[in-house]
Amino acid sequence: MPFIPHTEANIAEMLTSIGAKTIEDLFDEIPSALKSNGLQRVLPSLNEMDISRLMLERAETDGRYLNFIGAGAYEHHIPAAVWQITTRGEFYSSYTPYQAEASQGTLQLLYEYQTMMASLTGMDVSNASMYDGASALAEAVLMAVRSHKTSRKVLIPSTTHPIYRRVVNAIVKNQNIEIVEIPYHPELGCIMTENLSPYLGQDIAALVIPQPNFFGVLEEVDTLTDWAHHNGALAIGVVNPMTLAMLTPPGEWGSNGADIAVGEGQPLGIPLSSGGPYFGFMACKQTLVRQMPGRIIGRTTDVDGKPGFVLTLQAREQHIRRSKATSNICTNQGLMVTAATIYMALLGPEGLKRVATQSHINVLELVTKMEALDGVKKAFSGPYFHEAVLKLPTSTDNILKTLRTQGILAGLDLKEYYPELGNAVLVCATETKTANDLKKYIECLKRALKN
Amino acid sequence: MHIPSHLKYTKSHEWIRLEIDGTVTIGISQHAQELLGDMVFVEYPKIGRKLKQGEECAVVESVKAAADVYAPMTGEVTEVNSELESEPEKINQDPYAAWLFKLKPADLNELNELLDAAAYQRIIESEIH
Repeated sequence: MPFIPHTEANIAEMLTSIGAKTIEDLFDEIPSALKSNGLQRVLPSLNEMDISRLMLERAETDGRYLNFIGAGAYEHHIPAAVWQITTRGEFYSSYTPYQAEASQGTLQLLYEYQTMMASLTGMDVSNASMYDGASALAEAVLMAVRSHKTSRKVLIPSTTHPIYRRVVNAIVKNQNIEIVEIPYHPELGCIMTENLSPYLGQDIAALVIPQPNFFGVLEEVDTLTDWAHHNGALAIGVVNPMTLAMLTPPGEWGSNGADIAVGEGQPLGIPLSSGGPYFGFMACKQTLVRQMPGRIIGRTTDVDGKPGFVLTLQAREQHIRRSKATSNICTNQGLMVTAATIYMALLGPEGLKRVATQSHINVLELVTKMEALDGVKKAFSGPYFHEAVLKLPTSTDNILKTLRTQGILAGLDLKEYYPELGNAVLVCATETKTANDLKKYIECLKRALKN
Repeated sequence: MHIPSHLKYTKSHEWIRLEIDGTVTIGISQHAQELLGDMVFVEYPKIGRKLKQGEECAVVESVKAAADVYAPMTGEVTEVNSELESEPEKINQDPYAAWLFKLKPADLNELNELLDAAAYQRIIESEIH
């Protein structure tokens, strides 16, 4: 069904029939002080030629950098077929994509996405995605508190992505939920049970476990998961789906596995873009499925006994349960998930493993070469995946700026998030980086450090 | 409409039965199960939880909706009917046998504030009409 905008005549007819003069009249109950007077700096309209030119000029100011920054969003190679298929009209502009009578293709794809994510995370069930990784973690925290019933306290390691922690705070702070930040071990860069010992024996709803953590370091997930369960708390894994091709999936952490797994799905076929769109994922154990927010697609049989796909477990969603729904703020990212599903299908488990392995190898090599430079050393001794924190002998500002002028994004300055680390940068090298790229990075860094 | 006369009721469609040992048994009425349709899941209060009269304490979920069950009296949860975990459809088959949980009431006088069968009948009729 095409999108048909209203004509002036349509609008006039509708206004007459409800007795309003203008569309503005429909909003007259909003006090004028609260209304914005349009977007002053945005032109009312540009023609196609002008807007294309403007956007091209803006795009050029981005430059074409050699990117060594990860920190939650990762540059991976995306096969051309991924977006070629994703942008087919059937996926890209489908009407009522969740209506079983009209959209079996979309529903089947989402079902396959859920199957892939459940398999990748080692969990029983996945929903059809969420807004992004940070809000997925916030939803996991709310879900844990709902199912725990007695405690509203959640432990979040300071090694969890700082922006995720900010988002979690923003979403849960007015819901009488207490978030406690757990400090990390200063040499290892991960959480040790001694950091958790003050909370031993307390009534805790959940422990968040990032893997790999924001520093790229691998947490002792088995010990942490068992610690949570021993304390009657749920274990929430925050994972990078790409790394799960090599690392133990959350469903197998410790003796009983994590209870909820969430994360940012961007590494699976979504290009880097400031502000997204990306997508969050969420998977859980079967026992928690009724507390899981969001859409879930189920496989069933129709009256003729033929297999088909429908939305399922909707009784607790907002269109039925209103204010008592499991969530009134979550959404899914259908198109991003379409791309991710096609990406995973094209690469397969072996392809994902090769991407993860090459990323790991690249960052190992980068770190080794960086450490060979005078005064550069790893901040932490713990094992890491495809990111690492390095301390520089001089101000990070100057070094990063210098490398930027040479076309290299050399890492994320951690000053704002972890001032205690001093001149520290978080670097990442995915499979997209060649031996020459690494060489160029090291040469430029070496020169910058000498000046 | 089947409304047994030996039970007490609430406006929110729970039924309450006083037992010989002084506890009360709680379930949902025939009318409630008809409105909700095929039951698929029951969420119980924790045994030992202290409830205030009118507090949300359980959820019955059908194919159509998830509805809250409210504590009809103040008291402590002593038992839950875990049989419904695997067979929630028993609520549809016989709602007055398929009880949800038992309470040890703090004050038995609260029982007098609850509706008798005739009063509950009138409430249902006023809802329908």
